[in-house]
Amino acid sequence: MTTTTPPAITTATDEPPVRKVRRAFSSPLASVAVVILAVLWTVPVLGLFVTSLRPKADVASSGWWTVFSHPHFTLSNYNTVLFKGGYNVNSGLAPYIVNSLAITIPATIIPIILASMAAYVLAWVRFKGSDAIFFTIFALQVVPLQMSLVPLLQLYSGGAHIGGITVIPALHLHGSLAEVWLSHTMFSLPLAVFLLHNFISQLPESVIEAARVDGASHLRVYRSIVLPLSMPAIASFAIFQFLWVWNDLLVSLTFAAKTTAAQPLTAQLQQLTGSFGSHLELLTAGAFVSIIIPMIVFFSLQRYFVKGMLAGSVKG
Amino acid sequence: MYDSHHLILAGLAGDSASKLWGVIEAVGGFIAILAIIFLVAGKVTGRLERPLTIVICLVPVVLLLIIGLVIPAIRTFYLSLHGADAYGPTVHSVGFQNYRWAFSDPSTRSTLIRTVLWLVIVPAVATGAGLLVALLVDNMKRASLAKAFIFLPTAVSFVGASIIWKYIYNYTDPHRPQIGLLSEIVIKLGWKNPPDWMLSSPVNTFLLMVIMVWIQTGFAMVVLSAALKSIPDEIIEAARMDGATGYRLFRSVQVPMIRNTLVVVITTIMIATLKVFDIVYTVTGGNFNTDVLSNEMYTQIFTQFNYGRGSALAVILFLAVLPLVGYNVLQMRKERASR
Repeated sequence: MTTTTPPAITTATDEPPVRKVRRAFSSPLASVAVVILAVLWTVPVLGLFVTSLRPKADVASSGWWTVFSHPHFTLSNYNTVLFKGGYNVNSGLAPYIVNSLAITIPATIIPIILASMAAYVLAWVRFKGSDAIFFTIFALQVVPLQMSLVPLLQLYSGGAHIGGITVIPALHLHGSLAEVWLSHTMFSLPLAVFLLHNFISQLPESVIEAARVDGASHLRVYRSIVLPLSMPAIASFAIFQFLWVWNDLLVSLTFAAKTTAAQPLTAQLQQLTGSFGSHLELLTAGAFVSIIIPMIVFFSLQRYFVKGMLAGSVKG
Repeated sequence: MYDSHHLILAGLAGDSASKLWGVIEAVGGFIAILAIIFLVAGKVTGRLERPLTIVICLVPVVLLLIIGLVIPAIRTFYLSLHGADAYGPTVHSVGFQNYRWAFSDPSTRSTLIRTVLWLVIVPAVATGAGLLVALLVDNMKRASLAKAFIFLPTAVSFVGASIIWKYIYNYTDPHRPQIGLLSEIVIKLGWKNPPDWMLSSPVNTFLLMVIMVWIQTGFAMVVLSAALKSIPDEIIEAARMDGATGYRLFRSVQVPMIRNTLVVVITTIMIATLKVFDIVYTVTGGNFNTDVLSNEMYTQIFTQFNYGRGSALAVILFLAVLPLVGYNVLQMRKERASR
């Protein structure tokens, strides 16, 4: 990994007079508006967090905002939800955090590598039809996920046959997480190729040309120039992909739900909405557990956002 | 009982370790295979190098997309012209009957209309709010903190969001202390007898949209904020010299400059809105007049096992977004041609 930032992407430095112009919108009134919006957007999560720290009796009898006048907190909800279970749930959520990680990490890394390779070829190794392929990949975003679930399930368990000839054998992936990784990879490729292509196609031509003139092969250019230079884009897409896979319910319900042991946190949480239905204090604690890891990922990588993947699509 | 409980826990713990090991194996194996391919292909030079690169880089992606999306899409279109038992032994063609059903059945038709409402309102409001914040924080001090808070909901799963908002929309007898925030607020504002929000149509649909807007605004804000920052300072300065300030600067300089980005953001949110079924599924299950196309499709396929109808709905969903994507493609072609 390198700290080099491609020149094309750095935002213009702000000279003082221009800065003043741009502050046209940044009056005190604007600050107030932003603060109000930020508070509005945060209150729901705050309510969730506060509720998860309150004892059962309080949660059932008064709104969470009353804690500001009558503070009374407990950590027992988290203890129950993470380690003990109860109310027809025979274990805590802790093992499912591991499941979610085991699903999310490969399903984030694999599509990004594949997509960056394709994006490089589509942007810099143009050939007849490469534009058509790129636009087709982009358009595939509209294929609703639900359409693919049943055909994929059949493929994984039965393979593919055309007129009695086996084209793809049954993959026998049952019980492993490979089905889930593969499905997430397929579904995320259109957006990944599109966004990474936007970024990679805007890398400075001179750098790539220079390497080619020096005799570097395309694969070498990809590995030692394009990949390191694209790190901001890759990191910011990684955040989205991580969040998307982590938060997914539909794909995991379809492919991982056969064995409870492989279920991710969201599927388990969805079940808790039934079992814990009348135990809001437990449900909120569970929900908060499920959003902690995405928040850590987001806040630790968020500095990539401004100069990240959006560079391509933001060209005026 | 207690023992079995412990056994399950111990089993899960051992399982966890092996699962994480599986992850390392999978990712490591994937990278190792790639490294070998790169190493071998690196030996090839001359006229074969270019086509080989194209094959290595493009074939995996294209294959995965064909298997995962293209074939299922074609298959879905085929199934939409067939009866309920399209996967059974007695497949029979029904022509466009499933489509006729979708547009004539009263409840399905109102689901379609409701979906259109979602598609118009959610992208418009989320993009509008995102643009507003992006404009307001452009160069503001501590902007990143405010942006982080508004982006926060993007990290929340739909299931988590549904729990959060179900709680906000909670109904309690108005004479007792309120638990739901929304009821509390409207009671404080003087509405003595607020309804049970999730049961009262059409308000419930709009309240569900609020959840989606809450999640998507952060995405719109981040992208649009980057776009605004990328407008060259000289242009803004020039406009300023010509006397454009505040709203005028925004409308006649900044918005046209980021038009393409706006279209991309609206498209992305619209596609997300189309596909999202988690919110409706977890909060109301599509009851009380809140059903949308993606949830109805799920119901038809996975609860009613009517593949024909479910597939027809999927095709309608696909056709609904196609014009927008087509417009995007045209824009990008122009851009690529000008490069």
